[in-house]
Amino acid sequence: MEDFWVVVLAGLKVWVYLIVALLMVPAMFGFSLGISETYMKILVKTLEWATLRIQTVNKEQHIIESSSSNGLIQRDDGSMEEELGELRRSRPKPPVGGDFTLSDCFYFYRRGIEDIVEDEVTQRFSSEELVSWNLLTRTNNVFQYISLKLTMVWGLGVFIRYCILAPLRITLASIGLTWLVIGTTAVGFLPNWRLKSWLSDWVHVMCYRICARGLSCTIHYYNKENRPRKGGICVANHTSPIDIVILCNDGCYAMVGQSHGGLMGVLQRAMARSCPHIWFERADMKDRHLVAKRLTDHVNDNTKLPILIFPEGTCINNTSVMMFKKGSFEIGGTIYPVAIKYDPQFGDAFWNSAKYNMVSYLLRMMTSWAIVCNVWYLPAMTQQEGEDAVQFANRVKSAIAHRGGLVDLSWDGGLKRAKVKDMFKEEQQKMYSSMVVGSEEDNSSHSD
Amino acid sequence: MGSRASSLLREEEIEEIKKETGFSHSQITRLYSRFTSLDKGENGTLGREDFQRIPELAINPLGDRIINAFFPEGEDQVNFRGFMRTLAHFRPIEDNEKNKDPTASEPLNSRINKLLFAFQLYDLDRDDKISRDELLQVLRMMVLRMMVGVNISDEQLGSIADRTIQEADQNGDNSISFNEFIKVLEKVDVEQKMSIRFLH
Repeated sequence: MEDFWVVVLAGLKVWVYLIVALLMVPAMFGFSLGISETYMKILVKTLEWATLRIQTVNKEQHIIESSSSNGLIQRDDGSMEEELGELRRSRPKPPVGGDFTLSDCFYFYRRGIEDIVEDEVTQRFSSEELVSWNLLTRTNNVFQYISLKLTMVWGLGVFIRYCILAPLRITLASIGLTWLVIGTTAVGFLPNWRLKSWLSDWVHVMCYRICARGLSCTIHYYNKENRPRKGGICVANHTSPIDIVILCNDGCYAMVGQSHGGLMGVLQRAMARSCPHIWFERADMKDRHLVAKRLTDHVNDNTKLPILIFPEGTCINNTSVMMFKKGSFEIGGTIYPVAIKYDPQFGDAFWNSAKYNMVSYLLRMMTSWAIVCNVWYLPAMTQQEGEDAVQFANRVKSAIAHRGGLVDLSWDGGLKRAKVKDMFKEEQQKMYSSMVVGSEEDNSSHSD
Repeated sequence: MGSRASSLLREEEIEEIKKETGFSHSQITRLYSRFTSLDKGENGTLGREDFQRIPELAINPLGDRIINAFFPEGEDQVNFRGFMRTLAHFRPIEDNEKNKDPTASEPLNSRINKLLFAFQLYDLDRDDKISRDELLQVLRMMVLRMMVGVNISDEQLGSIADRTIQEADQNGDNSISFNEFIKVLEKVDVEQKMSIRFLH
């Protein structure tokens, strides 16, 4: 019995030494030993093989795979004026009274049914459907037994992901976070020399690198010359809390957010010791002026790190960019837009907070194959003459959507939980009213 | 292990729905995925609030009427069969269906049934007549009456309703019956305007 424990202990020691040597040290000093690259290559080859297998078997059995990347319906997308004009073509315009026909409603009925079958908004709040299966149970919507080989590979994948990769990643993540807390607290004791900020940056980046290894992240950064500078505001599209890890692997940012209790609170306070972050009490967050003042003060101080803000305000599934809240665009600093696009083939990074809490989300992340993403740094933007905050926000949003290959929507991400405002319905009613009443303007305005 | 959407829909059910509505196999499975994604309560039926959650539908002036059409008399929940039956009205009419056997029952997406669907959206009390009040109700939903700028008074709406009934009414009962409704709309391309192009 004792021998058993001795062996286990020895095994654990070897495990920890391996991790430190092969993963932590390179992470700390920013070089790579090529282990992750080899892993990714093997992974890509396996997934390609799996896709081919599925396609061949489908062809043999004449199963037509309904491609989930196509929409369900094809829309006309004519404007209200065009469609109603066509509907009314069958009758002459009446000489008096408003222009209305019984068939006007057809336009609204058809639009309504089209939206019930497929709409632009609700699909953004759940994970993207994959074109071809990536050997994860969670993405297999249609249970189909394809072949023995495929099932065996899938089984092997389950074993590797849950029994080898997951414990490794959990170990790394815990080491990373512990080191973050210890390191930042230690740096916090130093007096305010230039050395302090350099050390603080180094500790932060190092710990985020370890965390990134803990999620098997492969990140490509493009246009590094546009990286956010001090005294600016960095805005990016939001998909999950991992966005922070992704961005902080390549630079240091000041975070903005609500101060939490518990583990998060410990992290937040530790980080705030070594360099200034902006944490708000829950009650203060409602006070827009207070928030704006603190952000403005931070931005105006050129020695402070750029602020990282996600203007969508909530996690979206990385197929589109939704409305940017104008708050950060009213402050007047330079905006550095960043586009983040994950490759869903290797792991779905979207955090569906209605379905999963933080812990189960992180576990899902750690049992995916990998997190692969591309980060584009866009050139800095500032508010132009005669442009108000909303227009500026929309301009930045379009640039990010365009760069990342995402759909640019004006719908509010808050629709995930809240109802849509009546204002939009009134716009539709107003448009229709002008089509009914438009003919009134030709007549003299007598009331009868 | 996560929801296996189409495995919850049995093959026999798919066949039955196919016969009743005319949708293809793959269309039915994809519409079933849509049905389950709208069904937040995961109990196999949709309530009115599940439809209201679609923002584009919530801002549609006639959104409430459309949602109503899915729910049979007095009920609050609609299952997948009912969902498909209502959607089937908007399936395009295919050429091979136009020359079908006249003794077979009318398919759900025929011109008559499309018009009946639209008629029932006006005729709330199901007395087979669109009265002046019912027409006025729909008009009030579609226009904006209370804002400065483009405004239409209730009197104007009243006269529009009167004029519409006058043009359509043939038997002088001051309301529009289904046959009068069909006659008024005989020149309108109902097949195209009340159809949605489903892919595959």
